[in-house]
Amino acid sequence: MFRPRIIPVLLLKNKGLVKTINFKKSRYIGDPINAVKIFNDLKVDELMFLDIESSKRNNPIMLDLIKEISEEAFMPFSVGGGIKNLDNAAEIIEQGAEKVVLNSHALLNPELVRNIANHFGSQSVCVSIDIKRNIFGNYQILYFSGTQKAKIKTLDWVKKIIDFGAGEILINSITNDGKMNGYDLKMIENISNISSVPVVACGGAGKNKDFRLAIESGAHAVAAGSMFVYHGPRKAVLINYPNEKELVEIFNEK
Amino acid sequence: MITVIDYKAGNVNSIKKAFYRLGIDCQISNNIKEIKKSQKLILPGVGHFKRGMENLKNSDFFDELNSLVLIEKIPVLGICLGMQLMTKKSEEGNTGGLGWVDGDVKLFKFLDDKKKFKIPHIGWNNLKINKKEKLFSKIQDDDMFYFVHSYYTSLKNEKNSLSKTTYGLEFVSSFQKDNIFGVQFHPEKSHDQGLKILKNFALI
Repeated sequence: MFRPRIIPVLLLKNKGLVKTINFKKSRYIGDPINAVKIFNDLKVDELMFLDIESSKRNNPIMLDLIKEISEEAFMPFSVGGGIKNLDNAAEIIEQGAEKVVLNSHALLNPELVRNIANHFGSQSVCVSIDIKRNIFGNYQILYFSGTQKAKIKTLDWVKKIIDFGAGEILINSITNDGKMNGYDLKMIENISNISSVPVVACGGAGKNKDFRLAIESGAHAVAAGSMFVYHGPRKAVLINYPNEKELVEIFNEK
Repeated sequence: MITVIDYKAGNVNSIKKAFYRLGIDCQISNNIKEIKKSQKLILPGVGHFKRGMENLKNSDFFDELNSLVLIEKIPVLGICLGMQLMTKKSEEGNTGGLGWVDGDVKLFKFLDDKKKFKIPHIGWNNLKINKKEKLFSKIQDDDMFYFVHSYYTSLKNEKNSLSKTTYGLEFVSSFQKDNIFGVQFHPEKSHDQGLKILKNFALI
């Protein structure tokens, strides 16, 4: 039976893992390769690595780190951060990543989505959208690490990237990021309803039950950052992941 | 020596790394001499069917590959797109395949329940094993494997089907015809159970 993926999202800054709250205040977590080894042992479904500084410093992601990750990971992983052309994507995929994750540069140049999808297939392109919800409940897409506002409306952007060949969409709630108070379920529902491609929910997961709620709202897979690197009310750093028994409970398979 | 065929349409390094972890000799090659001397072959594949077929046809080992597989009957394992290329044709690019196995490749299409089954089929799923073959030695029915594909295989002859998987519909997730094996999922990306499959293939 098909089981939805649970994906740890690991943020990279200067070759170290970090975690943010509302896309600000990044805190150092540890060495990415160590994290990969632990997640490998924990039989994680998939990993996503996002270099959160790339776009701002106009530099594509570190290929030697990706190669190291590829040597350790016996599960799929995707890489994002400042990917702006087909060459960047090709280098990353050739180093062993399953998919590239596009964000800011897809907004600036949507053709990028099509180019990469045409060359490597739709399944190799994930477009990530960072969304902030204001107090009136209206959604705004932000890019360049949350510093720029996009003019296009969220649902229009979702339709557009599907047209251009994206194989997967990651929707990231800036508002809920790092708070561990639950996903933005309404946002997940609205976007999943109009998307024919898998939607991965991200931003706000605090407990296993949140995953189930997100899936019931229409998410095809769930992603989280804080949940898998923190433990306890004081947020001690501890790499963790649901075990087999917990996975069965979350998805109620048996 | 197991050779992973490099035709510029597959993530060959991950497969080599998996065999390396198993302690099994493996090389990546597009060299006709090296391919000819192999005991077993892997046909990987990620991406577009049409482009994959074009790359194969334009390679200088194309004829030799057909001869090794069809005449000398060297064991060959197709992975993901590699498996699909072994069939007769695909709706993707409306292109003919290698024709080694009688079947064809279709796009997942769910007319009424578009909300539930998104395309591509990305994620972990299990195999309903039809036949207890060496490829699935020590593999259980509830072992999960990583799938990522928008197209699926249908076979003309059910007896070639090794396993079926369900995603909105039931499709052939692995097949075997004599020395020719194909798996839709990625064993090199499916943790220990995936490595088991690669090990089983190496021991055939």
